[in-house]
Amino acid sequence: MEKAKKGVRLDHISKIYKDPKTGKDFYAVHDTSLDIAPGEFVTLLGPSGCGKTTTLRMIAGFESPDEGEIYLGDEAINILPPNKRDTAMVFQSYALLPHYNVFDNVAYGLKLRKVPKEEIKERVTKILELVELSGMEARMTNQLSGGQQQRVALARALVLEPSVLLFDEPLSNLDAKLRVSMRTEIRRIQQKTGITAVYVTHDQSEAMALSDRIIIMNKGVVAQMGTPQEIYYHPNSEFVADFIGEANFLKGVCKGLDGDHALLEVAGTEVRVAAVENMKVGETYTIVLRPESAGLAPEGALQCKVVLSCFMGAYQNYHVMVGETLVKLTDYDPKNHHIYQVGDTCALTFRPDGVHIL
Amino acid sequence: MRQGASLDRKKLMADPIMVTTIVVLIAFLTLFILYPLAILLVDSFYGQNGFSLDTFRRILAMSSFRTAIWNTLKVGFLVGILSALLGLLFAYVEVYVKLGKFSGGLFRVVSMLPVVSPPFVLSLSMIMLFGKAGLITRFLLKIYDNSVYGFWGIAIVQTLTFFPVCYMMLKGLLKNIDPSLEEAARDMGASRWKVFTTVTLPLMLPGLGNAFLVTFIESIADFANPMIIGGSYDTLATTIYLQITGAYDKEGAAAMAVVLLSITLLMFAVQKYYLEAKTAATLTGKASRVRMLITDRSVTVPLTVLCSLAALFVVLMYLCVPIGALFPTWGYKFTPLTFKWFGQVFTKYKGLKAFKDSFVLSVISAPITALLSMIISYLVVKKKFKGKGFIEAVSMLAMAVPGTVLGVGYIRGFSGGLFHTGLLSGLYGSAAILVIVFVVRSLPTGTRSGISALRQIDKSIEESAYDMGANSFHVFMTVTLPLIKDSFLSGLVTAFVRSITAISAIILLVTPQFLLITVQINEFAEKGSYSIACAFATILILITYGSVLLMNLGMKFFGTSKKIKEA
Repeated sequence: MEKAKKGVRLDHISKIYKDPKTGKDFYAVHDTSLDIAPGEFVTLLGPSGCGKTTTLRMIAGFESPDEGEIYLGDEAINILPPNKRDTAMVFQSYALLPHYNVFDNVAYGLKLRKVPKEEIKERVTKILELVELSGMEARMTNQLSGGQQQRVALARALVLEPSVLLFDEPLSNLDAKLRVSMRTEIRRIQQKTGITAVYVTHDQSEAMALSDRIIIMNKGVVAQMGTPQEIYYHPNSEFVADFIGEANFLKGVCKGLDGDHALLEVAGTEVRVAAVENMKVGETYTIVLRPESAGLAPEGALQCKVVLSCFMGAYQNYHVMVGETLVKLTDYDPKNHHIYQVGDTCALTFRPDGVHIL
Repeated sequence: MRQGASLDRKKLMADPIMVTTIVVLIAFLTLFILYPLAILLVDSFYGQNGFSLDTFRRILAMSSFRTAIWNTLKVGFLVGILSALLGLLFAYVEVYVKLGKFSGGLFRVVSMLPVVSPPFVLSLSMIMLFGKAGLITRFLLKIYDNSVYGFWGIAIVQTLTFFPVCYMMLKGLLKNIDPSLEEAARDMGASRWKVFTTVTLPLMLPGLGNAFLVTFIESIADFANPMIIGGSYDTLATTIYLQITGAYDKEGAAAMAVVLLSITLLMFAVQKYYLEAKTAATLTGKASRVRMLITDRSVTVPLTVLCSLAALFVVLMYLCVPIGALFPTWGYKFTPLTFKWFGQVFTKYKGLKAFKDSFVLSVISAPITALLSMIISYLVVKKKFKGKGFIEAVSMLAMAVPGTVLGVGYIRGFSGGLFHTGLLSGLYGSAAILVIVFVVRSLPTGTRSGISALRQIDKSIEESAYDMGANSFHVFMTVTLPLIKDSFLSGLVTAFVRSITAISAIILLVTPQFLLITVQINEFAEKGSYSIACAFATILILITYGSVLLMNLGMKFFGTSKKIKEA
C-alpha cells in the first residue's frame, strides 16, 4: 500500500492573465521555479494577488501554465487534466458535496476509482479515525461545525493517498482559536502520513507553524524561500522582512568595518551591528530591527523620543521616534522594567547581532 | 496560441463525452436556431434575379404591411408602459405594504395564472365579458353593440397577460433596495411620496426600462391574442401568418419575418447589454436589514384596494373560461349548467386525439428541453472552451425570436430540405420537427433559470469532484444535476407547460395528421364557437395546473436543494 513518495518540480512556470479593466496582459506568475522534495511541507505565502493560489491551481491542473513545465516526481504533468493527476486539494470553502453525507463525501473519489466496496469502507473508516471523526459517517455535511467540515475535506483528500496534498487557504474560514488547533492537526497528520504538501496562505503564523520551508511570493515572483528561521532572521528584502513579522527599518551609512562587525551612522550617531558579506564603507544599508529585539534604556547612543506607550497585558507597546524614523518595539517584561511615558527622552538599544542588515 | 490555451484544449479533448456534447450542441443550435433565421435572410434578399431588395420593396409597398408595423409598435409601446406601471404598483404594494392573508393570496394567484394558462385565454374571456354578447356589456350594462376587437382589446388583454412578469421582475429589484437609503431620506425630512419619487423611483428606473422592453418584445411577438381579439386590426405576427396561410406568399412572409425579427433583436440588444448591466449596477447591494412596512392606513388602504380590485378582475377573467364552458349557450341561455360542451369536445371534435397529440409531444419535448438547458447552463457557467460564447449567445438569441418568425424560418428552411436541396426533407411535417420547435421555444427560459441556479453554487464544489478524479460527465451527473434538482424540475414543468400551450410557431408547422389543443381552441374561437373553445381551454388549464401542482409536490419530496440551502 505504501507507494513511493513523489516531489513536485516547477520548471520556469509562468501564467499570463488579462486584466479585466485595462484589457492588458500581465504575469500572474512569472518564471517561477520550485523544487519540493518528497515528504516536504512547503508553504506559499504572500499578499493577495501575489500568484500563490494560481501556482497551486496550476499544480492541481485547474489552470494551465503559459510557460514552463510541472513535474510530479519525474513525470511531466502539464497535459493532464485535474482528474488524471495524482494530487488532492483541500479547498478554502471546503467544497464538500452538500447532497452527500460524510461517508459518501470521503468515499466519492474511491468509488470513481472503482475500489471494491469492502475496501472503500475500510479505508474511509480508517481515515475518519485519523481525523477524529469516527461515528459521524451518516451526518450530512451541513450538520457539521466548520472545523469538522474542514476535517472531512482533509479526509476526503487523504483517503485517495495522493502523491501531493494541496491546501488552498483551508483555515481562513475558521475562527482564530480553531485555526490554531487545526493547523497543529494538519501538521500532525502530514507528519504521520509523510505526504508531500503544498500549502497556500496569507497568514504568516500559519506558515511558520506548519512548514518545513516557506516560499514568499510577491507580484508573481518568488521573493525568498527558506526555513521559517532563515526567513525571519535573514530576510533578503524589506518586503519579506515586513511581511513576516513586524520590522523596523533604520537607514545608515557604513563608516567602518571591523572584522565581524560594521559601524553604521544612524540619525547622527554610530551604532555597531553584525556585518554581512560584501559590505562597503560609504554605502547606505538598512538595519532590520524586530520589535522584540529592541529595548529602551535611560542612556545610550541612539537617542529617541517616546510617542506612544501602551500597556497590553503581556507586554508594553512603544512607538519611539529616532530622528525622523518611527520605531515600534515591545517590552515583554513590563512588570520588572521601567515604564517610559509619552514625551520621555531615552535611548533605543539592541544587540549588534540581534539585527539583520540589508 | 499560448501554451496555456493549447494545454487547456488538450485537457478538454481528453474528455470525449464533453467534446461530443459540445459538438452535438453546437450542431443543434446552428441547425435549428441559426439556420432557419439565416434562410429567412437569404430568401428575402436572394430571389430568382440574384441578390436584390425587390421582396422588401414589394412588401413595403403593401399598405396593409406598413399599417401592421405601425399597429404592432403602437400596441407594444402602450402594453410595455401599462404592464411596467401595473407591475410596479403590485410589486411596490407587496414589498412595502403589509398585506392581509386574502390580498396576499390573491397576489400569488395573479402571478401564477399567466404561467399555467394558454396564451389566448384572456382574449376569449374579454370577448365573452365585454363583446357584443358579453356578459357585462350586454346583460349588465345593456350595451348591444360594444366591440372589443382591435387596438384596445389587444392592448388590455396583453397588459393583463404580461404585467405579472413585470411584477415578479420588479419585486426582486425592490427587495434589493437597501431600506436604509429610504430611511435616511425620511430622516432628513422627506415625505413618503418624496422618498418614492426621489429615491425609490430613480433607483428603479433601469429596472422599469427593462420591464418595459421585455413586455414590449413579448407584445410584438404575441400571435394568439391579436389573432383572436384583433379583428381587422392586424399586427406583424398575424400579417405574417396570413401572408403564408392565406396568400401563399412565402418570400413575402420571409421578408416580413425579417422585419419583425430586426425589431425584436434591436429591443433585445438594448435590454440585454444596456439596461441589464445598468440595473445590476444601481442595485447590487443586499438589503442590510428588514424593511419597516408601511402601516399608515391612508396609504395602505387605497393601494391594497386598488391592487386587489385589479387582481380580482384578472381572476374573474380567468374564471370566465371554465364558467363559460358550463353555460348552455353563452350570451343567451345561462341555466341549467351543462357539461354538454365538454362532452362534445370528445364526441364531436376529436378532443381525445387533440389532447393525446399535444400531451405526448409536450411530454417528449419537456425532458429534452430541461436536460439540454441544464447542460448548456453547466457549460456556460462552469467550463471554458472555444465556442462557449457561441452556445450562450445563440441560446439567448432564441429568446428574442418571435414564434411566428421561427415558424416561417422552419417552413422555408426544412420544407424543401436543407437549403432547398431535399436533404433532411423527411423532417418537415414529422412529429420530430414539432418536438424540436417546442424544445427551441422553451430553451431560453430553461437556460436562463439554469444559469442563475448554477451561479449560486460555489465553483470549488465541482472543482473538488473533478480534482478527486471525476470527468465532466461524472461531475455533471453526480454533483451539478443533484444540486440544481429544483431548477431542473421546474424547468421540466415549465417546458411542458410552455409546449402544451404554445401556438405561434407550431400553428405554421402542424400538419393535418396532428391535432393540437391550442390550434383547436384558436380555430373555434375564430369561428365564434366560444363555448367549445372554453371547454378545450378549461381542460388544458386543468392539465397545466395539475402538472405545476405535481412539480411542487415533487420538489417537496425529492428536492434536496432546500435542505442544502438551509444549512
